[in-house]
Amino acid sequence: MPKRIENVGCPYCGVCCDDLVVTVSDDGKKILEVENACAIGNQIYHHATESERVRLPRLRQPDGTYKEISYDEAIDYAARVLYNAKKPLIYGFGSTNCEGMAAAAKVGEKAGAILDNCASICHGSSLLAIFDNGYPSCTLGEVKNRADVILYWGANPAHAHPRHMSRYSIFPRGFFTGKGHKSRKIIVIDPRYTDTARVADIYLQVKQGYDYDLFNAFRTVARGHEIPEEVAGIKREKILEVVEIMKNARFGTIFYGMGLCHTDGRNHNIDIAISLTRDLNDFTKWTIMAMRGHYNITGPNQVWSWQYGFPYCLDLSKRDIAHMNPGETSSIDLAMRGEIDAFFNVATDAGAHFPIEAVKELRKHPWITIDPNICMASEISDLHIPVGIVGVEVPGIVYRMDNVPVQYRKVIDPPEGVISDEELFERIYQRLCELEAEDAAKERVKTTAEGIPAED
Amino acid sequence: MANKITLNMITQRSIEEGVAMEKGKTTPEYFEACSIIELHDEDIKALGLVPNQLVRVTSECGSVVVKVVKGRQTLYPGLAFIPQGVWANQIVPPRTQATGEPQYSGFPVTVEPVASGERRKSALELVQGAVGMWRGEQ
Repeated sequence: MPKRIENVGCPYCGVCCDDLVVTVSDDGKKILEVENACAIGNQIYHHATESERVRLPRLRQPDGTYKEISYDEAIDYAARVLYNAKKPLIYGFGSTNCEGMAAAAKVGEKAGAILDNCASICHGSSLLAIFDNGYPSCTLGEVKNRADVILYWGANPAHAHPRHMSRYSIFPRGFFTGKGHKSRKIIVIDPRYTDTARVADIYLQVKQGYDYDLFNAFRTVARGHEIPEEVAGIKREKILEVVEIMKNARFGTIFYGMGLCHTDGRNHNIDIAISLTRDLNDFTKWTIMAMRGHYNITGPNQVWSWQYGFPYCLDLSKRDIAHMNPGETSSIDLAMRGEIDAFFNVATDAGAHFPIEAVKELRKHPWITIDPNICMASEISDLHIPVGIVGVEVPGIVYRMDNVPVQYRKVIDPPEGVISDEELFERIYQRLCELEAEDAAKERVKTTAEGIPAED
Repeated sequence: MANKITLNMITQRSIEEGVAMEKGKTTPEYFEACSIIELHDEDIKALGLVPNQLVRVTSECGSVVVKVVKGRQTLYPGLAFIPQGVWANQIVPPRTQATGEPQYSGFPVTVEPVASGERRKSALELVQGAVGMWRGEQ
């Protein structure tokens, strides 16, 4: 009889929906039905058993084709690439569990690598602003139960976090928000009239790239000063109206997205958003939250901060001294300066999501992809090592966008023989230790004077 | 009449891109979801085109052929949108303002109708082609 598994965590976006119900076939090999997931989450589960999966590591041959090799051979190859590289970059981790991230960090430290995650091209700006200005945030549960004014700025959850609005922000009925949508005021600020804007009570079409100016106008009004007739394409009356709504909220939350992080100003846009949140707390309770993209992209920030004190862009090339300096130790900047001599693409697809100029630079050196799926990165790699899909075939801890850890479970077994990210990195680490020991032994023999027995 | 216009480009997620990406980046769904540019009516007219025709989009660091679409999520004149993914990243400038984050949104591009015979390239052709690994359709 098919088995129905309840309370399954979804491995797609930072909302980390944990109410999925997955039905698997009698033999536990096929996913038959997925309930409660959005269109994207649904696709992830069905893709796991309906598509042709890669079951063995594949090594690029001189004629450009791939040849299947064993995991032992692949682990030896990967360890040797790391061992021989002067400045390898291990990047990705948006779609794996915290256990895999911790194991990868061990490898990064042993190899003297740069360790970076997708926040580097995503919410890295937010982390910089949070360092500078703090983070008056809350959990998604508090938003659901308390918030009566929601502001989405440069974020489009209708497309990028499809169940965010129904689970936490706009529609749910919480403890103090029993009337759900009716009791909330929704404000959307975006240069595009997005599908999220369609459900807003108030929509402000900000001129693209002028978010900082508009935040500044909001702060100026909140502090009781005059502003010009129009700022960033928005009329003064509209700004006054929105600030009044914000000041009179019982509990408000600003959710912001890539519209602020990816454009001119970067971290400064977030910095002023945090300052506005702080200003509003003179009147009532306001909070702010980054709309983190992947289901566990908050994970490496948590895990590596705990291990090394820094959330991303970690330079471990001095091994026991960690150092972080975005612009210098960030993946794209390192790539464009030609400083990287080996690239590990882990649980992400830099081939599709890095600007192509950076891909060209990185591909001048060995490129290894560790990912369950065929993607653009795997199709330009020297070596592709398949792993199990976290949340579907591999359990583990993930961090939701509000930094709350959630235990994910597996619903089926991975394809026979396919291992997890964690096991793979543990085995690469072991192989690195062996290579180091082999070299140390050779060195010892070489430096021992002839005729004198080597000491133990 | 072939016109060339300068626009401000942004690239962000679309749900069609999200679903297609999880299905696979070599699928027709991913191709159709991502190899498009959304424009305002006025800009489509300024190009002398109608929706579903092809254009070449060129930035400071690259160029790509995509299909013109009148987006459901409307833009104002002068603003253009390509969903995040392989086609957008052919033209995204890698400059980061020393933060690590490329200029995915808010960079100038020129848009012009394609010369006759030009076509949209597949994701694999673009990425493998860029690094000298494209061996033609297999």
